[in-house]
Amino acid sequence: MTERPLITDAQNTWCPGCGNFTIQHTLKAVLSDMEKEGKSLDDVVLVTGIGCHAKMADYLNINSFYAIHGRAVPVATGIKLANKRLTVICCVGDGDAYAEGLDHLIFAAKRNIDITVLVHNNRVYGLTTGQYTPTSPLGFRGRSTPSGTPEYPLNPLELMLASGATYIARGYTKKMDQLNHLVRGGIGHKGFACIDILQICATFFNMTDFYNTRVYDLPDGDKGDFLSACQKAREWDYNSESNIALGLFYQRSFPTFEDRVIRKPVQKPDRKGVIGEFLKAHQ
Amino acid sequence: MAGKEVSVLVGGRAGDGINSAGAVIAHFLNHLGYVPYLYFDYPSLIRGGHNFGIIRGSEKPIGVHHDAVDFVLALNQETVFRHRARFHEGTVILFNADVVHADGQGVPVKKILLEEKAPAIMGNSAVIGAFAKAAGIPWDTVNAVFSAHMPKGADLNLRVARRAYDQCSTVLTIPPLGDRRLSLITGNEAIGLGMVAGGLSAYVSYPMTPSSSLLHFLAENAERFGITVVHPENEIAVMLMALGLSYGGQRAAVGTSGGGFCLMTEGLSLAGMAEIPVVLVVSQRTGPSTGLPTYSAQSDLHFILNAGQGEFPRFVVAPADAQEAFFWSAVAMNIAWKYQIPAFILADKTLSEGVYGVDPSKIADVRQDGLLSWDGTEPYRRYADTPSGISPLTFPGTKGAVVKVNSYAHDESGITTEDAGTVVQMTDKRVRKAASLSTEMESYKTVLTEGVPGATTAIACWGSTKGVCSEVAEELGLRTIQPVMMSPFPTGQCTKALAGIRRLIVVEENANGQLAALLRLNGIPHDATVLQYDGRPFTPDTLLSRVRKVIV
Ligand SMILES: Cc1ncc(C[n+]2csc(CCOP(=O)(O)OP(=O)(O)O)c2C)c(N)n1
Ligand SMILES: [Mg+2]
Repeated sequence: MTERPLITDAQNTWCPGCGNFTIQHTLKAVLSDMEKEGKSLDDVVLVTGIGCHAKMADYLNINSFYAIHGRAVPVATGIKLANKRLTVICCVGDGDAYAEGLDHLIFAAKRNIDITVLVHNNRVYGLTTGQYTPTSPLGFRGRSTPSGTPEYPLNPLELMLASGATYIARGYTKKMDQLNHLVRGGIGHKGFACIDILQICATFFNMTDFYNTRVYDLPDGDKGDFLSACQKAREWDYNSESNIALGLFYQRSFPTFEDRVIRKPVQKPDRKGVIGEFLKAHQ
Repeated sequence: MAGKEVSVLVGGRAGDGINSAGAVIAHFLNHLGYVPYLYFDYPSLIRGGHNFGIIRGSEKPIGVHHDAVDFVLALNQETVFRHRARFHEGTVILFNADVVHADGQGVPVKKILLEEKAPAIMGNSAVIGAFAKAAGIPWDTVNAVFSAHMPKGADLNLRVARRAYDQCSTVLTIPPLGDRRLSLITGNEAIGLGMVAGGLSAYVSYPMTPSSSLLHFLAENAERFGITVVHPENEIAVMLMALGLSYGGQRAAVGTSGGGFCLMTEGLSLAGMAEIPVVLVVSQRTGPSTGLPTYSAQSDLHFILNAGQGEFPRFVVAPADAQEAFFWSAVAMNIAWKYQIPAFILADKTLSEGVYGVDPSKIADVRQDGLLSWDGTEPYRRYADTPSGISPLTFPGTKGAVVKVNSYAHDESGITTEDAGTVVQMTDKRVRKAASLSTEMESYKTVLTEGVPGATTAIACWGSTKGVCSEVAEELGLRTIQPVMMSPFPTGQCTKALAGIRRLIVVEENANGQLAALLRLNGIPHDATVLQYDGRPFTPDTLLSRVRKVIV
């Protein structure tokens, strides 16, 4: 079998130094490992929202659904329901998934649909040139909040824990090996996986120094304890100056939505017969 | 009783089971050989408030009720007061004597229930038993209907009914017409069955009257029909989930009413741009906004025709009754996948929740065209440019195919582009799909006519008002013209149907004349409009007098 080229001919338009390159390289490496291990990439689908992050759909040479702002997650849910065999990965933005489409993220976690969501969390609206997002710190001066946002950020890890996600992790685009590990883990996890990726936006919100001095790795080990995961998730609230844990916060196995919804393989019933029966019963 | 016709009103409080009582009476009439129709009128609440159903039986096909009634089943006093204007000299009243005073035959409901040790909800069966006797309906018929159509407790209900039956006397016999038996189904059931016949494999919906009963019907029968039914967090998710299902290879449909459809419009435009097939059932209720949730309207036609940013082809049909709803729902499924476009079934409360008699032998076989699929020879391009504008369709998971769909302007392989030439090429491709669709639809009868063929005055109507319009046309010697397909608009077939017409009256349940405007837009002028927008369907009686005024 000839391995397919994983990158398309589409011209790449991310800024130099953009953390999205790291995420792209990571996905490429993960996909090519999966292929080497015998997984057909024909069975992988990428779903994206709209934003800088979403260009991934154009750049990776795999099945893709380049959706609309905030709506990648319900699309991905539909795809997984359509065909359980497919591996469904979402690349979404922080504006995309934590603002415009937050309801869908919460419900996907609540349902435990088996998809993997990578949040390119640059804590800014990149593509619309620098407005604050739900994870920007208090006082962030964006183009819509020139005197600083009056809102505190929300903590997506805490939110995902409360919503029922069964795989919750945080990565950082300056730590590619770890990111690779987390993404592979998320894809391998049967259930809803959400990986919040601290992504450097070189142009509108470059937090490299801030992150580099604060990040540390969570130790390996059992991740099934909800309360200690909550505690860990609260250590940094996306606003304070505290240390920032990276790695897997929480994981547990739990029945998935698609397994509950599609109770048994839908065999093709004799539709004409079934309709005739119905009409007869109502005569 | 005028000719071979009968009308029965059953009324009570919300929660009294008026709808199921109405269904039983409709089945009686069906067993007597009448074409039944049931109109159900209820306010948007769960307990209290006035509910009523009017069941009409006729020897001719019908799709509307009459104002005047021959029988009344009063489960509360309000029924008698409120509907007095519908009574004529010979109207027979059957009532629950525990709570109603009226001239007619009262039934001691409490006593009967006590004697039979039956629960309070079976009280209706006593009044139904009284009605059956008063109308000279043979006990065998009562027995057959209860046994076949009561899901629970048919025996006890029959005993309750029998006591009232034996206590009453026959006063106005409904003459049997023969033993032709139709199937009694609601418009929403017909839409559901039609979509199943058309290959539906997943239905996604968020509850909203008057579409909810379609969600309930399909959910209840999901296993039987072999479909997946999902009720997500909101209508935005409904639409996007359906697009995911469709992209993934399932035949998905969604259902809602105007308010929910507002939330679906960004997904609709995505379906148009990304060329993802999907069927949308939109059942209109009185608007704007929350409006009258349980009442009808025809005021979303232009919204449906124009919803979503940008320009893209769409298929819109507005069936009039259950028979048409079945057929066109199947066609909508076929067309959506064949052309990879959104297809609408536009209904309203009257159609969705009305009960119609359909002839099972006339539930036509529906055509299901094969899809233009990928032959695997060249690299798959989701938007390959073709003469018809239709690109071969395949789904993720297909060996060797990279299936890329995109909401941005894109090239043939689905990659984003801002290149002017490619944008024009892809837009032209979508425009060509619309042209191919128009051509194909010429082989369907998309404009239906009834009434008097040689007439020089015509009524133009659409959707659920067709039944009432054709009765009025018959009475006044007019022709009716009913476009079923609203997009692409069948101008040619309309013009043909209008040959010889010198005066055109447009009848609609809205305030602005939306079909009238659509006809004008397509070069067909009209002379008068008859509009009603109180949420209630036209009845033959009211429409007749209104059309008379504008006939000359
Ligand atoms: C419904 C809708 N509203 C607004 C926009 C404009 N828009 C495009 S991208 C974007 C924000 C992107 O921010 P984020 O999701 O964080 O992605 P990033 O560019 O940072 O990767 C917005 C508001 C849109 N495309 N659709
Ligand atoms: Mg962002």
